[in-house]
Order: sequence, then C-alpha cells, then structure tokens
Amino acid sequence: MQINFKHEWIETNIGLMLVLTMLAISVGGLVEIAPLFFIDKTVEKVEGVNVRPYTPLEQRGRDIYIREGCYTCHSQMIRPFRDEKLRYGHYSLAAESQYDHPFQWGSKRTGPDLARVGGKYSNEWHVQHLIAPRSMVPESVMPNYPWLQTTLLDQSDIASRMKALRAVGVPYSLTEAEREANIKRFGESVAAQLHIPDANRNLVAPANLGNYDGNKAGVSEMDAVVAYLQVLGTMVDFSKVNEDELIRSR
Amino acid sequence: MSEQHLQSQTVQTTGHAWDGDLQEFNNPLPTWWVYTFYITIVFAVLYWFIYPSWPFGKGFLSGIPVPGISRIVYQNDKGETVESHWNTRALLQADLNQAAEMQKPYFSKVAQSSFSEIARNPELSGFVQSAGKVLFNDNCAACHQQGGQGVVGFFPNLVDDDWLYGGTFDRIHETLINGRRGYMPAFAEVLNAREIDSLANYVASLSGIAHDANKAASGKVLFASESAACYYCHGENAQGRKETGAPNLTDRIWLWANVPAAEKAEDKVSAIRNVIAGGLNKGVMPAWGERMTPEEIKVLTVYVHQLGGGE
Repeated sequence: MQINFKHEWIETNIGLMLVLTMLAISVGGLVEIAPLFFIDKTVEKVEGVNVRPYTPLEQRGRDIYIREGCYTCHSQMIRPFRDEKLRYGHYSLAAESQYDHPFQWGSKRTGPDLARVGGKYSNEWHVQHLIAPRSMVPESVMPNYPWLQTTLLDQSDIASRMKALRAVGVPYSLTEAEREANIKRFGESVAAQLHIPDANRNLVAPANLGNYDGNKAGVSEMDAVVAYLQVLGTMVDFSKVNEDELIRSR
Repeated sequence: MSEQHLQSQTVQTTGHAWDGDLQEFNNPLPTWWVYTFYITIVFAVLYWFIYPSWPFGKGFLSGIPVPGISRIVYQNDKGETVESHWNTRALLQADLNQAAEMQKPYFSKVAQSSFSEIARNPELSGFVQSAGKVLFNDNCAACHQQGGQGVVGFFPNLVDDDWLYGGTFDRIHETLINGRRGYMPAFAEVLNAREIDSLANYVASLSGIAHDANKAASGKVLFASESAACYYCHGENAQGRKETGAPNLTDRIWLWANVPAAEKAEDKVSAIRNVIAGGLNKGVMPAWGERMTPEEIKVLTVYVHQLGGGE
C-alpha cells in the first residue's frame, strides 16, 4: 500500500496543522532544554573547589541586595577575558553560583562586577560607600542607601527562607542526618551555620561578632549586606586549584 | 483581475486552488542561493564536530582540536606546553601566556632588582609609572582616591610625607602584603570628661590650634601619665610611633579627627575630644598578598613611595 502524502492535507486541516506545529516546536525546545537536566559537568568537580551555601546572615544580605535591585547595575560574573581577569580577578566558576537562587550573572554593567569584591575593601569602606557613594568615589552614579544603616534586620522569617532554598536543592540541614552529612562535606563550623533550627541564633551571633556596620546596637540591614559583600568570591582558594583542571573540565 | 490571470499563466503555480480561483505561485530560489544554503549546512556540521556543541550523555562533545582552527596551545601551571580543544578558559590562558611573555622583560627585572634600584633606573621607573598607575586605580583608588590624597576621617593621604606605618620601601611593602588595622582605645571608659577635655586642648596646642593654656598644661601631664598613657603609642614627644601606626600629633596633618573641616577653634578641639573619648576601631587596610603577584606588589610599593613623600 502506498500513501501519497500531500501537503494539502495539512494546509486544509487546521486541527492537524495545530498538532503538527506544536510537535515541531516541542522538538526544538526539548533538544535545547532536556540535555541540561542530565549534564553534570557544569559544576566543576575540581580539587580545591568546595563552595558552601551562604550563612543565614549572608543570605539575608543577599535578599536585601536583590530587594534593592543592586543587580540592575552590578553583575556577579567575571568572564574569562584578560581585561576582566586583570581588573576583577579569576574568572567565575559555575561552582561558585551553584547555591545562588536566583543567580546574579549578567552582561550589563553600570557599576563594576562584584563577583570577587569580598575582602577587597574594608567593612568601613562598604558602609560609607553604601550610605554616600560619592564620598568615596567622586565620579560614581550609584544611589545612596542610607536606610540600610538605620533599618533593623527583619529576622522573623529566616528559617522559612532557608527552607525554601532547601526545597530547591541548597543543602541547609533540617534533620540530624542532614547535619551530619554537612559536617562531612563542609566541616563542623560551616555545618553549624547551615542548620535551620539554629537559624536565628546564627543570624545574630556573627553580626554581633563581625560588627560589619560599625554600630554595636542591634543587627541592621547594613550588617547583613556587608557580610554578604565580604564573602563574594572568597569561597575558592585559587592558590590550591590547578588551573589546568579547570580548563580540562570544559 | 486580468493582469493576475496573465501572471498565473506565465509563472508556475503550486497547483493549489482555494475558493475556486485563489492560486499560489511557485517561484524557485536562485541556484546560487540554494547552493549557499547547502554550504551553510555543511559548515554547521563541521562546526558541531570541531567546536564544543552537542550535549552527549552526562556531558557534552567538547570538539576536536584542529590545528590552526580549534586547537589552543597554552602553558599550564607547571610551565609545560599543552594543547586543548577550543574553549574560552584555554583561550584566556593562551592570552595570559602571551601577555606575560611581553611583560616578562620588565617584571623579571622588577623581581631581580631592589626597590631603590627600580626607583633609580629610568626604564623601570617608567614602567612603574604606567603599570603602577593602573594597579593603583583598579585596587587602591576606591579608598585612597585616584591621586592618592585619601579622605579625611577614613583613609590616609599617600601623597604627603606623613606616614602612619612608615614610608620606607620595606614598610610600604609590608603594609601592602599583610594589610593594617587601626586601633585606639576609647578613653571615655578610663578618664572623666574634664581629663579628656584637658588632653584635647594639649593635643590642639601641639599643632598650634587655639586652645586653653591651663587645660593644655594639665593635659600634658596626663599625656605622659600612666593613667592615660598616651605616650605609649604616640611617643613621648607626641610625634607618633610607626610600629603601632599611632599618628604624629604635632604635624597639623589630620586623619581621624576632622580638624580641617571645623571652622571655629572650639570645634577643632571638640573633634579631637571625640576621638579621644570614643577611640577608634577602624582604619582597616585589606591584605593584598593573595590578590596580586609579588611583582605587582613590588611595582605598587615603588609607585606609592614615589607618589609624594617616600622615606
């Protein structure tokens, strides 16, 4: 039996055309999207690269960073170009944003990239720069964020925030078994910071100890933002990483 | 209507007819266009195999290194020449190797020479002027400002000859590598308001600011006493001690107390009083030892030294 295919069948049958159009589009989508669920090469499994999730204080700082829209001007992704390496440091690894929800990559920069701003400036500089950017960098076009210093940090929902991140795969621990796993993976002191039942204590104690905003009275939003900025790009010690392995992992 | 009829007779149609007389023309593409299209398909297939492209299993095909097209040769950490399939990380490494090769004549001389040799050598000091300026602007200028003038109340001026931790090559080098942390105790905890006021007047008198002579006299006694022990950090003659980063109080150069901005004499004294009472737990300079190469830090040392008043 021979079927004489005629394009006219499709053109004259709107139902068939609809089904076939959707089929054609979904093939295009599946080919691009489906493999991403199976590729496990993206996050570099290279010796010396052991990135940890953010502590509660850093995570709250990150939430404020997103709330204030810092990402509209600042990216957190150093691309593998010579000029970027010279100005910002080592190119960003996929491993470094594996716990970022949402990630802060980007190609549009009004301000500088912040992927490795941690440790580059003192806390004092960050505080003054956030309150009045032009007092530190005269040519800056960054807005002032004085309320960060005067607004106390909302600590009420930190456990819920961490649970939400845990639901999308960030290894914050809720059970004792998960905590044990974190101790093996990140060490005792980091694992303690990632334990959700202790979230509120972990939010306050480092803020008081670090005194990021230079003001001992209470935990301000400034404490959280500066704690977050100071950890950016510091989790991988590149002196212990073999560059060749990073290249080979691509 | 009649014109369309004519055209439909001269141009081939697809043979479809809708609503009785609606026809579809069939104009074949020019031959050159069709062959160009086939060439792009061949190009795409070659591209898929040569460059990283297709997802495959748990990873992706990383491409075949073809010399001159998709092979990248670079030097790894151990200095061995290795080759790789095309990827941006290998490309960056090759680019960095090339730049390092170009800068090597300068950086290797910087590494071998002493600070004073670099400063005296016209070629090397020229290199320091240009390379040091770039490094300074990228890393130091956010705090010390582009010209190195600093910000009163926050970050010290580097273009004058007043140094907190010392302005010799070695001291600047040490500051850059390890960073610094300023500290002064809050004397409100150990002295009463009258004593702090006396001390402030004495400090004002040291640099010729209008002050109360009686208070300054008792401040002078306090300065050298064991209860305040100011001399311990600032030195017996109040000219500072570079081991502790305690500033010279006699030179009319102010960093922490914003004396220059105060117009009235009493405000100047009050600015000093605030620092004595509240102390300082700031003045943090980050450590740059791990952020820059030893040669870059050496270049910056000489650059900062020649900005103004290197000792």
